[in-house]
Amino acid sequence: MSLRVNPIACSGHGLCAELLPELISLDEWGYPLIAGQPVPPGLARQARKAVTDCPALALRLEPAQKERRAGA
Amino acid sequence: MSPQTASTTLAPQSPAGGGGLPRLLPPAGLAEHLRRHGPVPYRGGTGALIGDVRAAGLTGRGGAAFPVHRKLEAVATARPGRAIVVGNGAEGEPASHKDEALLFAAPHLVLDGLQLAAEAVGARRAVLYIRGDLRERTRLDDQMPERYAHGLDRVAVEIMSAPGRFLAGEESALASLISGGPAVPRFTPPRVFERGVDGRPTLVQNVETLAHLALIARYGPGWFRAVGTPDEPGTMLCTLRQADGSASVAEVAIGTPLADLLDLRAVSAVLVGGYHGAWIPAAQAAALALSNAALRPAGAFTGAGVLAALPADRCGVVESARIIRYLALESAGQCGPCRSGLPSIAAAMAELAAGGPGPHVLRDLSRWAGLVEGRGACHHPDGTVRFLRSALNVFAAEIGQHQQGRCTAASDLPFLPVPAGPSTDADWS
Repeated sequence: MSLRVNPIACSGHGLCAELLPELISLDEWGYPLIAGQPVPPGLARQARKAVTDCPALALRLEPAQKERRAGA
Repeated sequence: MSPQTASTTLAPQSPAGGGGLPRLLPPAGLAEHLRRHGPVPYRGGTGALIGDVRAAGLTGRGGAAFPVHRKLEAVATARPGRAIVVGNGAEGEPASHKDEALLFAAPHLVLDGLQLAAEAVGARRAVLYIRGDLRERTRLDDQMPERYAHGLDRVAVEIMSAPGRFLAGEESALASLISGGPAVPRFTPPRVFERGVDGRPTLVQNVETLAHLALIARYGPGWFRAVGTPDEPGTMLCTLRQADGSASVAEVAIGTPLADLLDLRAVSAVLVGGYHGAWIPAAQAAALALSNAALRPAGAFTGAGVLAALPADRCGVVESARIIRYLALESAGQCGPCRSGLPSIAAAMAELAAGGPGPHVLRDLSRWAGLVEGRGACHHPDGTVRFLRSALNVFAAEIGQHQQGRCTAASDLPFLPVPAGPSTDADWS
């Protein structure tokens, strides 16, 4: 699984970066920068907590390397 | 300019006659259209046309060049009978007039293609989504009863007006507007072909793509492939903006040398693709052809077919700063990095354009470009960054001059078109 943020829903609370600093940092505007790699098993619990605790429900755990888009 | 007419350098010829150009643009009202092409060649069932489209190698002409047959297959197999097809004529790209030219010259090819696409995916609803001013000027609404009178259409076509915004034609924004919301992008997945208009599987194709589809259905994949390159067959409509300020729409075989399309004398750089595209130095452009295979190594792509030759007496930094400011204003403002980053980038570019900025500006631009790229729900930040990076590369020498407080341009008249007046939050519907 890997983490992905819905950038429309995200309002930059920053809670995710506090709960999971190993994988999430904040940019200079306060929005999360998520490490691209799959969530290591040792961090799976914290990752799930970051997802469920996000005040904007903007964080998702998705199957890794999912094809992003089919084009326009 | 007169975007209503094809470039006169290309003589009309019947599409049935082989590889002659133009295929799409010879003007035709309904009577002439029927005389030239006959009625809509329905195939008699869902999916029947898809094999021909695959064999033709048709790709989307809205900018992304995605294989059309893959979208058709995805929608045709999604939820039978629930699908919706949309012809996309939003043409939000200010430098492009090719959809406009097509809708003026050959609306019935587009409308035939919409019917054929509807049949191919089993859709019972078809929408033609076109920019509001185009809808009025082309009088498309008035042309529909004539088609109905001839019994051409099996699915009723609903015409809807797209707002004149850069992102109005983005698939998910289009789906949102047709569903009754604002024309702003949404987070995907689900993708529009899975759940689009009203949650239904939705096939969105650019109007030019539909016109090609209407010809492939009649004349076959072999005919379609008679021009173009083996990997990128067929023709595409291009908006050619010459350095003398003239502009025209031409139908061009993919693979045509750029030097055959643009007069590159006294030109510093060529903008390829559109405002999400890339600048290429004129000397390099002179050796390139109009295909994604040829343009990719130069960091560009065919996009929506915009080719603009920047006159050597204009400043590429000033031009780029104007366009980036426009792109920043066209952000839907939904995603934090785009909402925060694009105005910062635009302000830094304005500083560069004005001249004499501190050395921090280029560092800031580079950092912000990295921070917005890939972090939007749509491709707007990515396309803006592509344009920005190409400007920083191609106009590096001029940027050096600006840092010393000098500008080498002889004219400060704006060259590339940017819509007048600020957009407002109310313009999304």
